[in-house]
Amino acid sequence: MKTSTIELNQKLETPGIFTSLLTKFRGNKPKTVATDLGSKVKNALLILGSIILFFAFWHFGSKALFNIEANVMIEAARKEGGDAAALATKNCIATGDLSCKPNALPSPADVWNAGLSMYKDYQVLSASKRKFYEETAQVNAQLKAQGKKTMVYTGRSSFVDRIGKSLLTVFAGVILAMFISIPIGILVGLNDKVKLMFNWIIQIFKPVSPVVWFLLVYMIIKTISKNIEMDKSFIICTVAVALCSMWATLVNTSVGVASVDKDYLNVANVLQLGFMKRIFKIILPSSLPMIFTGLRVTVSVAWMVLIAIELLAQSPGLGSFVWEEFQNGASDSNAKIIFAMFVIGIIGFLLDKIMLALQKTMVYSK
Amino acid sequence: MSPILSINNVSKWFESANGKTEVLKDINLEVQKGEFVAIVGFTGSGKSTLINMIAGLSTPSKGEILLKGKPIEGPGHDRSVIFQNYSLLPWLTVSENIYLAVNEVYPSWTEAQKKDHVKSMIEMVNLSHAADKKPSELSGGMRQRTSVARALSMDPEILLMDEPLGALDALTRGNMQEEILNIWGKDKKTALLITNDVDEGIFMADRIIPLNPGPNATLGPVFNIDIERPRDKTKLNDNDDFKKLRNELIEYLMDLGSKTNKNGDAELILPDIQPTVIRRRGLFSKAS
Repeated sequence: MKTSTIELNQKLETPGIFTSLLTKFRGNKPKTVATDLGSKVKNALLILGSIILFFAFWHFGSKALFNIEANVMIEAARKEGGDAAALATKNCIATGDLSCKPNALPSPADVWNAGLSMYKDYQVLSASKRKFYEETAQVNAQLKAQGKKTMVYTGRSSFVDRIGKSLLTVFAGVILAMFISIPIGILVGLNDKVKLMFNWIIQIFKPVSPVVWFLLVYMIIKTISKNIEMDKSFIICTVAVALCSMWATLVNTSVGVASVDKDYLNVANVLQLGFMKRIFKIILPSSLPMIFTGLRVTVSVAWMVLIAIELLAQSPGLGSFVWEEFQNGASDSNAKIIFAMFVIGIIGFLLDKIMLALQKTMVYSK
Repeated sequence: MSPILSINNVSKWFESANGKTEVLKDINLEVQKGEFVAIVGFTGSGKSTLINMIAGLSTPSKGEILLKGKPIEGPGHDRSVIFQNYSLLPWLTVSENIYLAVNEVYPSWTEAQKKDHVKSMIEMVNLSHAADKKPSELSGGMRQRTSVARALSMDPEILLMDEPLGALDALTRGNMQEEILNIWGKDKKTALLITNDVDEGIFMADRIIPLNPGPNATLGPVFNIDIERPRDKTKLNDNDDFKKLRNELIEYLMDLGSKTNKNGDAELILPDIQPTVIRRRGLFSKAS
């Protein structure tokens, strides 16, 4: 009995194909947690080794792809201008000159350099932005005193600005998703009739692609923005992100509310709590663990769809950065795209960690 | 004197796809003000169903329950319940759990009054040192004392206890029995205790009534307990009245138990299973 419960716990803790395969290889031994220094070092070395392997694979892979592209270029030159042209192209490629660089998957070094150049670009841009605001400070103060609109820096936004914009959009989107999905989830969980009314909406719209949500939101905001002035692309992104990502929270809230421990409801009944008190003192706190699990999914989905939606909405965030670089086709565009990919991944990972930490502080233990 | 609680011909059945199961049948009981009544019975005999109906959490299928002459129409602050599994809200501290009840029952009090009341209730159950702890940090006995404090903070006319000490170990259980009796002795609230422990019933109650096992559970004859209060648990074991009463009650319950077993038409057939050995299963070994 004992061993089987340990196995069960182990499986519950770490679901997924990879880990279940691992347990098979280990022969279902109970998982050991690294506590002593020796095994900690061992684990660190394992991680380090996998990182080195990853970059080595990437490096040699990109080199192979580069060679294929180079050979194609050389052969093309041979066809057009004979052996002399082919030799010239070969030499040109060997010097690494930008004019004849084959367009292939960038190597880790390329991506690193792209990151550095983007950092320099950020420094230049923020300096020019600072300079602009210093120069216009007096004029802006005057404009403000007259009640007019102040002058705003309208230059290109740097990569860091774009990260900020994307984070702001995802934050606003998740907040909006919470305000829509938690109240509806509570109503759906409490009342079977409301559940019937909402169930088909949830079932049909949950699997809809972010791109379609964007188009729908665009149709609506386009009309509304005719009468009201607003940051159109930001609003469209926020609403579309909220609509894409809210479903996990909605479903989890309704399940959490519907499965509140009967003992707690009995307490509410015996104390004769009113409707609002019942919700805020009993039902919400007790379904908070479920709601938070939903919110974690919502945040990661929001971050994932945000990139696609920003790309479509031309909001100056990371998504449109990736798209613009792809369209741009400069020699380091591909490297920048891959650099952005890492940034997107790391931020997504950090967002999930933050949600997990929040969940741990908010949720009670039985 | 008219009884504070009277249960008249109450039956309770549950309808399901397989027809109706009658849990309680023709229950009649009268409880006087200030009385401590215990109902003792086997597990699954419908004790909790009975107390839920008195608490107003469910309604009788037939008959009526009168509280001070008026039929019960749902839960009310005049009855408070100590549940078997404590039912404390795990996200609130001890004092917040009690405050929730106080705030609901005395909406007209000032904040200071409410806080004072909560504090005095916590002191009464000797939990002052744990007032700001969450239930998960408390032992079973401390949780149940919190539950007792919450129930009493509502100053109910009747205190309903649904196997309140069932989940505690024997030692804590004995202590809690005395503590509940002490608290009850202070202002002699009417109390109705549901238990499966005959000793507990005799030690605590003025009257003890067996509940014949369900389905169709009915109340058995009343056993009056004329042992003087305050009762001493250790001396009680040498008390002849106690011994006699205890033997009578146990005999009565045993009799009932054997009767229902004889009446049961289905003989228990044990499934034919063998214990299996759980083997380590590697990737390449064959599953046996």
